[in-house]
Amino acid sequence: MNILNLFVVIPLVMLLALWLCKGIKQIRTVMVTGSTLLLALSIYLTVDFIAQRNAGVDAAQLYVDSWSWYPALNIKYSIGADGVSIAMILLSSIIVFTGTFASWNIKPQTKEFFLWYVLLSLGVYGFFITTDLFAMFMFYETALIPMYLLIGVWGSGRKEYSAMKLTLMLMGGSAFLLMGILGIYYGSGATTMNIHEIAELDNIPTAMQYIFFPLTFIGFGVLGALFPFHTWSPDGHASAPTSVSMLHAGVLMKLGGYGCFRVAMYLMPQAANDLAWIFIILTTVSVVYGALSAISQTDLKYINAYSSVSHCGLVLFALLMMTRTSCTGAILQMLSHGLMTALFFALIGMIYGRTHTRDIRQMQGLMKIMPFLAVGYVIAGLANLGLPGFSGFIAEMTIFVGSFMVDDTFHRVVTIIACTSIVITAVYILRVVGKILYGEPENEEHKKLTDATWDERFTVICLIICVAGLGIAPLWVSNLINDGVGDIITNLIP
Amino acid sequence: MDYTIFILALPLLSFLILGLCGMKMPHKTAGLIGTFSLGAVAVLSYITAALYFGAGRDADGLFATIIPYNICWLPLGETLSIEMGILLDPISVMMLIVISTVSLMVHIYSLGYMKGERGVQRYYAYLSLFTFSMLGLVVATNIFQMYVFWELVGVSSYLLIGFYYTKPAAIAASKKAFIVTRFADLFFLIGILLYGYYAETFSFTPAETVLMTAGGIIPVALGLMFIGGAGKSAMFPLHIWLPDAMEGPTPVSALIHAATMVVAGVYLVARMFPLFIDFAPDTLHMVAYVGAFTALYAAVVACVQTDIKRVLAFSTISQIAFMMVALGVCTSADPHEGGLGYMASMFHLFTHAMFKGLLFLGAGAIIHAVHSNEKSYMGGLRKYMPVTHATFLIACLAIAGIPPFSGFFSKDEILVACYDYSTMMGIFMSFVAALTAFYMFRLYYLIFWGKSYYEQQLALYKEGKSSHEPHKPHEAPATMTVPLVILATISVFAGFIPFGEFISSNGHAYTIHLNYAVAAVSIFLAIAGITLATIMYRKGTSSLTVSINRNLKGLIDAAYHRFYMDELWLFVTKRIIFNCISRPIAWFDRHIIDGTMDLMATLTQKLGTWVRPMQSGNVQSYSVWFLSGALILVLILIYFV
Amino acid sequence: MIVPAQFYLALAAILFFIGVFGFFTRRNLISLLISTELMLNTVDINFAVFNAYCHPEHLEGFFFTMFGIGVAAAETAVAIAIIINVFRNVKSIHIKNMKELKH
Repeated sequence: MNILNLFVVIPLVMLLALWLCKGIKQIRTVMVTGSTLLLALSIYLTVDFIAQRNAGVDAAQLYVDSWSWYPALNIKYSIGADGVSIAMILLSSIIVFTGTFASWNIKPQTKEFFLWYVLLSLGVYGFFITTDLFAMFMFYETALIPMYLLIGVWGSGRKEYSAMKLTLMLMGGSAFLLMGILGIYYGSGATTMNIHEIAELDNIPTAMQYIFFPLTFIGFGVLGALFPFHTWSPDGHASAPTSVSMLHAGVLMKLGGYGCFRVAMYLMPQAANDLAWIFIILTTVSVVYGALSAISQTDLKYINAYSSVSHCGLVLFALLMMTRTSCTGAILQMLSHGLMTALFFALIGMIYGRTHTRDIRQMQGLMKIMPFLAVGYVIAGLANLGLPGFSGFIAEMTIFVGSFMVDDTFHRVVTIIACTSIVITAVYILRVVGKILYGEPENEEHKKLTDATWDERFTVICLIICVAGLGIAPLWVSNLINDGVGDIITNLIP
Repeated sequence: MDYTIFILALPLLSFLILGLCGMKMPHKTAGLIGTFSLGAVAVLSYITAALYFGAGRDADGLFATIIPYNICWLPLGETLSIEMGILLDPISVMMLIVISTVSLMVHIYSLGYMKGERGVQRYYAYLSLFTFSMLGLVVATNIFQMYVFWELVGVSSYLLIGFYYTKPAAIAASKKAFIVTRFADLFFLIGILLYGYYAETFSFTPAETVLMTAGGIIPVALGLMFIGGAGKSAMFPLHIWLPDAMEGPTPVSALIHAATMVVAGVYLVARMFPLFIDFAPDTLHMVAYVGAFTALYAAVVACVQTDIKRVLAFSTISQIAFMMVALGVCTSADPHEGGLGYMASMFHLFTHAMFKGLLFLGAGAIIHAVHSNEKSYMGGLRKYMPVTHATFLIACLAIAGIPPFSGFFSKDEILVACYDYSTMMGIFMSFVAALTAFYMFRLYYLIFWGKSYYEQQLALYKEGKSSHEPHKPHEAPATMTVPLVILATISVFAGFIPFGEFISSNGHAYTIHLNYAVAAVSIFLAIAGITLATIMYRKGTSSLTVSINRNLKGLIDAAYHRFYMDELWLFVTKRIIFNCISRPIAWFDRHIIDGTMDLMATLTQKLGTWVRPMQSGNVQSYSVWFLSGALILVLILIYFV
Repeated sequence: MIVPAQFYLALAAILFFIGVFGFFTRRNLISLLISTELMLNTVDINFAVFNAYCHPEHLEGFFFTMFGIGVAAAETAVAIAIIINVFRNVKSIHIKNMKELKH
């Protein structure tokens, strides 16, 4: 039994168990057991992976396995993991675990909510473990569809509109993606769907790469909030319930960057090298533009959504710089942004659950009313603006140092432009912190509010520990990722 | 020197303890935890200094650079990596002493000053965090570690300025301080990135050959780093955050915004000094010009401020600028041939930390007594606060440069270095030194002499013109006066430390000798400044003051408003960045980009409504379509077949 | 005298298009039914005519005519039954009132 399979099997079992559940107690039991199991499993996986690497196992992919699924089209269910996917699986487990606690009191239709929630995580896990293009695409879709219902049913505000918009835009992206995948499949001779085998063949004609690289990159890029396809993000995040925002911004958006790297750039290195400049410009715009838009927003979730656009833009930006360090930085940034933004959305959800407003003009002095949440928010903010000691700093620094290794004017200039985002980030973070947390509470209604409950504290503390842990001791995770990135980068450098 | 790790670990530990479980502690315990850990750090620092300098010079006549720890924290590619470690060399050991001493004094002082405030635990936690980061900054083994701790001191400064988080001014000030310094840090970061790429290392001592090939880039990188330093050290025009930072508790101003953090920029330039001298002497001179202008600007502004902490803040800016100038006027690494400024700068950093810390702590005692920062609430306090008065006077004499107080010696060395560089620079800086003496004694007289606000109010009360009895100013408690006395003692005697024996630009021993001509000029100017201040402010206001105020009204107004630099910045940030860039972008995103997406959806929908009537469910219209279709097909068949 | 086939065919075509026209324009279910019957019957005529003129030795055309008449009768019966039921339900046999099954 391959350990990676468990990441699909456990959610399936959870789905079944949830279906049979009666009453909130049972549902919670299933969710907590399942997500704890997944978390424990991914920690075990990480440790085991590092141990194997230290023992000298140097195959690019570990835990490799494959079952034929539809031989006529060479579709296989093949799995395998390298440093990058291990890191992503770990991230997903943390978010799924904390998300469970963040939606502890979700109402109504708790059971259905968790059913979709688990289905979503199933898709995410599946995406990170497969090495088969078709299976990857299938899991990708599995992760997208539940989003529609989770936002449309349990959301707030203009939820139907946002759910529809998000789903349609992402589906539009996956249409491009499907074309790209088929292009890759037929371009490489239609003999295999396995990513690594295709990469080994390395025989997609350059002319085809020029067509299918942009399609694939944009297809994944939509999910990675690539300018100008990012507008689903503010609306979607603003309407989504807390744990869905967490999972979506924390993990689902990472599918985009991961796919760009693992599929688009890895399999079509020629086009990636030649066309990178177009996307570098777009991502640079994302980085600065997202940050600047965030400055003048008034809705907490919008601010965070634009901040995500900026940070995820940095992920794609770093990937396109195509040095080993910058790509390591990109994956680190995915991890770090996933954790930070999950923390942020969790806190915003908790604050919103109390004040019933997310408008920063209507909140003041929350530090006095709910000190725990407020301190959590300050920490999240500081982590977000890249304070040393938190994960954001190491990710950003790795990216910038990596990007600076490309020695030509164009890359230098865009790197410096991207660097300015750290100042702009400080502006919008401190603006919010100053407005809603500091000062004297003026709203009489707010003065009666209570601080966080135990499940909320648990969520926040878990995430802060992860963010700080990654920021204080980055060596192991940086090595883990660097190891996984190497294989792909060698393929990319002509 | 393995124990040096505790110099960093203790404050961090105390930060964690206070931060995590401080809320459950009584105030006093929290204060004592912070103070004792800092006491231990101070002791360790002194031991380190004693052992380090006590070990003597090696065969080359240098103090050996010791690196007891250096671990790889984050690898960045094959050649580069960020390391974390401890580096001991003369300047870092000197900084250890400065930081731990002032920090310890501030910790003790705060026991009295912060008594009864809300959130004392938080306060001590932040202080510990700050001390940790500042110590980490000075013992950094490489430029990136310095940057890491640089950011951390920035954030602890942010947290401490915003300590009174319900006060709008404090919130605004903390935000401003963070953002302005962050803006400068951007350049610092780019400088580091350039440096790292071309020098192929982040350490302070890259291989000469590599640097030779990099050539033209190193001055740019160093210049960018200096901008970062200018942000932290409040050089014009990035100084705007420092006066506002006075919104924080006064002991914090003494520690962070006078003695330690704000000299980080000077320390940075001093750290990179060998590179500056060898590869970028022109950039170094730019530093001197920026410093000289800042010194003048801040001194002029300090002459007219009414808030005593602001006067001290501008005085700090001016004095730091002196240090920058001293570094900038160096023309070689040899202290005998144009490299004197390096030693002078470090010397001034040391003495300044002591007497400026003292001034701020004294100001804190005064504010504590009269409950206001404004000079109009003070006057005649010397009767009520003798200890504070005496120590404040010592500090004023020290900063004004009157022998034998410490400031005289260090400032004299700076002026000598300036005259060595060019006479113009020397005269210019001498003039600023005279201004320093003037504004400090203006401050001194306004606080301690003249008509007492308390007595005036008391008289009014007794005449029945005022309804409540004024609060009588009182001397501060022992926890506050003891640090004052200690610092005052240091300020008196620190000038006699043979500083050049320990620190000089090339590491060799250098014997300080007074240049009597320069010393005479500066003493004369200092006394002139003091005399002018005495005439003008000895008795509150004099006719001279009034006539000067009338004749120079425009200049005084402008200086009072700090030459409108804040307004300019506010205009740039608020008007241009917020209103002209961010708002339009947000609008553009919502309406154009998102609008395009929505438009696509709307068009699809429109298309749908347009074709929908065909599926009406009406059999008759279906049959019309059917028949016409059939007919057309038949016609086509007939025509083509 | 033998009437040429074209005459029959012309009659059938005219009647068919009368039926078509009726089917398109009428809004009354009975009229629609009549129009449909008309079209069916013209097809029957065509069957008979082609059989008689082109292949007099075969009888399939006539059989189909017979079938057509039979089916038409059955269909009319069903249709009338539906119409009556519709009438019972909506008190009208006008086509515009029949929206119950739409949407």
